[in-house]
Amino acid sequence: MGTGHNVLGRALPRVDSMEQVTGATRFADDLTLPGTLVGRQLLSTHPHALIVGIDTSRAEALDGVRAVITGSDLPITYGILPVSQDENALAVDRVRYVGDPVAAVAADNAEIAERALSLIEVDYEPLAEVVDLEQGLSEDRPLIHGEGSGRNVHRSVALEFGDVDEGFGVADHIREDVFHYSGNTHAALETHCVLASYDASGKLTLWSSTQVPHYLHRSLERVLELPAGRIRVVATPNGGGFGGKTEPFSHEFVAAKLSILTGRPVRINLSREEVFYAHRGRHPVLMWVRTGFASDGRITAMHFRSFLDGGAYSSYGIVSLYYTGALQTTTYQIPNYRFEGVRVFTNKPACGPKRGHGTPQPRFAVECQLDRAAEDLDMDPVGIRLVNAVEPDSSTVNHLRITSCGLRDCIAKVAGASDFTARHGRLPHGQGLGLAVGAYMSGAGLPIYWNDMPQSEVQVKVDRGGGVTVYSMATDVGQGSTTMLATVVAEMLGLQPSDLAMVTADTDLTPVDLGSYSSRVTFMAGNAAVEAAGKVRDRVVRAVAEKLEANPSDLVLADGRVSVAGDPAAGPDWSEAVRMAIATEGPLIESGSYRAPELAGPYKGSGVGISPAYSYSACVAQVRCDADTGMVVVERVWLAHDVGRAINSLLVEGQIEGGVYMGLGEALLEEQAFRGGLHRGPSLLDYKIPTILEMPPVESIIVESVDPEGPFGAKEVGQGPLLPVVPAVANAVHDALGVYIDEVPITPDRVVAALRDLARGGSGRFGPESVPDFDFGTPVRVEPPEGFVAP
Amino acid sequence: MTEQVLSLQVNGVEHRILTADHRTLLEVLREDMAMVGTKHGCDLGECGACTVLLDGRPVLACLVLAVQVAGRTITTIEGMAEDGIPHPLQTAFSEKGAAQCGYCTPAMLLTARALLDEVQAPGPDDIRQALAGNLCRCTGYNKIIEAVEAAAGAQD
Repeated sequence: MGTGHNVLGRALPRVDSMEQVTGATRFADDLTLPGTLVGRQLLSTHPHALIVGIDTSRAEALDGVRAVITGSDLPITYGILPVSQDENALAVDRVRYVGDPVAAVAADNAEIAERALSLIEVDYEPLAEVVDLEQGLSEDRPLIHGEGSGRNVHRSVALEFGDVDEGFGVADHIREDVFHYSGNTHAALETHCVLASYDASGKLTLWSSTQVPHYLHRSLERVLELPAGRIRVVATPNGGGFGGKTEPFSHEFVAAKLSILTGRPVRINLSREEVFYAHRGRHPVLMWVRTGFASDGRITAMHFRSFLDGGAYSSYGIVSLYYTGALQTTTYQIPNYRFEGVRVFTNKPACGPKRGHGTPQPRFAVECQLDRAAEDLDMDPVGIRLVNAVEPDSSTVNHLRITSCGLRDCIAKVAGASDFTARHGRLPHGQGLGLAVGAYMSGAGLPIYWNDMPQSEVQVKVDRGGGVTVYSMATDVGQGSTTMLATVVAEMLGLQPSDLAMVTADTDLTPVDLGSYSSRVTFMAGNAAVEAAGKVRDRVVRAVAEKLEANPSDLVLADGRVSVAGDPAAGPDWSEAVRMAIATEGPLIESGSYRAPELAGPYKGSGVGISPAYSYSACVAQVRCDADTGMVVVERVWLAHDVGRAINSLLVEGQIEGGVYMGLGEALLEEQAFRGGLHRGPSLLDYKIPTILEMPPVESIIVESVDPEGPFGAKEVGQGPLLPVVPAVANAVHDALGVYIDEVPITPDRVVAALRDLARGGSGRFGPESVPDFDFGTPVRVEPPEGFVAP
Repeated sequence: MTEQVLSLQVNGVEHRILTADHRTLLEVLREDMAMVGTKHGCDLGECGACTVLLDGRPVLACLVLAVQVAGRTITTIEGMAEDGIPHPLQTAFSEKGAAQCGYCTPAMLLTARALLDEVQAPGPDDIRQALAGNLCRCTGYNKIIEAVEAAAGAQD
């Protein structure tokens, strides 16, 4: 085979881009069927209350109302994690946050549906509310899940790897710092939408803007008590996901039930306000981190505590909790590490996974603290990171396997491009540079529910005209998974990505992929596609070699031909080659699959954080701050990302720039804020996301470490680039003004408060002073992995 | 609830529809004319996803009543390509990676087109000002700016 690449790594347009730019892409809300009814949900107006009674009779009597349902119509609970099935599609007996769906209607049009909602009478008996961490840990508040009063602790964890006391014992310098990372939300431009249709044959079809059609399929089977074979889920192109559509949602069950009851299609499109309540976004996390350093900057021990305000339901919460402690060790060699964390329930919209899931918060804490340790030790930010940076092909103390690792290269690239060392600490007052790094998983090592089947399957079918169709349940949420699959298959077969037909994200038509979450699709579906396309290629090569009486290893697939190396005109074109393969061995349909290697360590909770590969990022942010107003303007960002290998460099750059953008929003603007149990502003006017005016130029630098197990060496890029952005901005603000803003978002009032403190002779710090006194219990001691070498 | 028969000029074609007075241009385009390329993002004029051109100027279709625009010229994304040939902006958005999920894209394109119709060679600041009301949550905007600049160059 030839060694050059046909299309890999090129900056080609998305395969679906002409549909996008002509308005032809069909999102869920764009689909309609004859007789489609409008579904709407009635939301709780109380943060915490018992439902004493619901009277739907007036709504049912309204002309044009086809069905009205309440919690008792959908009594079976669900939840994305098998261990925490604590949600009902509509509240049963109790509401747990303002926005909790209570009842639903299907009507002939939106006006009638809205009118019907206003006619439903709910009799609430309010309960004391639990709206923050402190109240969640209090003994005397009512339990949100359960009877009586007590601490609303969802889950706590205490793990120790190595010997932390010994590590602190040998430290020359120890720092303790406290940070808070505010909660924020995905705010995808497309609101969640579903169209459900229960047909005369008894088959239910859902077209939904979901990132996880497979998990939704399973949840519908459970809640509706229908056989899986009678349910079809089609994930429509998501108008942005970012983790906000990564679990089954109330409206999906409700629309299905309403369609079953009425025999007509039902669409529910959440309003913008409802999306803020559906949420599942970034957890607010309070963090305390104590780190010991040797005099040369090497970390000797780290003790990390996190406190998560989880909102009203579990969602991915247990996983989110563990993620706040799992990946600290993927960037720095930490020889002794203790992690303690707790997640509480509160009467607010449930938090869950948002781009970076549980890891931007600790990354903010660790990277800010590291800069301070560097100051204490008279080192520079680059130096302290390089002295601690993990090495390729190593193990972490908490049993994560590191293979390819471009961290040092990423640091060198952003430092060089930004002239960091020469300029950091030397810019005029009000201007500053900040550096930070991060790492992220290329797919969670384990599926969400235990099973020993592949995590991704791909099928490639070739017709007699040479047309290639790729079948995969991978769901395009804008990240370009369909283009990635097309590129991988095209590369294998010597075709162009745009030549292929792509059938994706449909539980009837496509083999399983677990979904677009945990940055798993390129690595897992990509590898499955390589295997499937490789089998097709092998068959075609075999048939052509026989015909040409050539050695199969001398054949090259390129430019739509199969030819002998060095003689491109000699062989058949692709379609002729395909016919040879079908004639000799029958239908040309092949499949491939991927399952991650077994990576879990010997302790409970070790399933979180393991991944077949980690991406690496480094970021430098340059800011200009107004010392009078506290306004922070990010002027420029450099971001280097080790993606293993870029399958499409244009899309990789797009993910880097999008990650930088989202990180900047979290650093400076975004907060899912509440007054008691009431959202302060469930709209895009009040919840401010960066516009084009706030976005600085970004220099994206692609680093290719060529992962040994990734498809063509590729790793993830969807989430990792966000991680270092937030602490890079915080560190830059310190460089600019000398203040420490230990709470994001870094808003003008916080900057001004810190500057005033500095002017009064204080430390110039804004942030939480302490963390609650919570008994995590004796940590579970875990020996480092065999062969672990403490630095 | 009163209803009216309206005549709307959409993408050069006259459409006669019967609609209630309170319905928005967005609802009429999507529900009555099946032109679903115009997107619904917030219904409150916050996100810009429903932008269409009214007599060549960008407006938010969720804040305009259909009855207000009777007889006026409306351009939607479905009318942006002419004779099947994509507008240079459409080609540039595709080639430069200016669309990721694609949800804000139709509105971005129409807003950018209104800019290019007015300013032949806009600089980055002109582009930023013109697109400041169109939110995008995926791209970080820079590739959108590049695409508009490229399209402006291609138009010369």
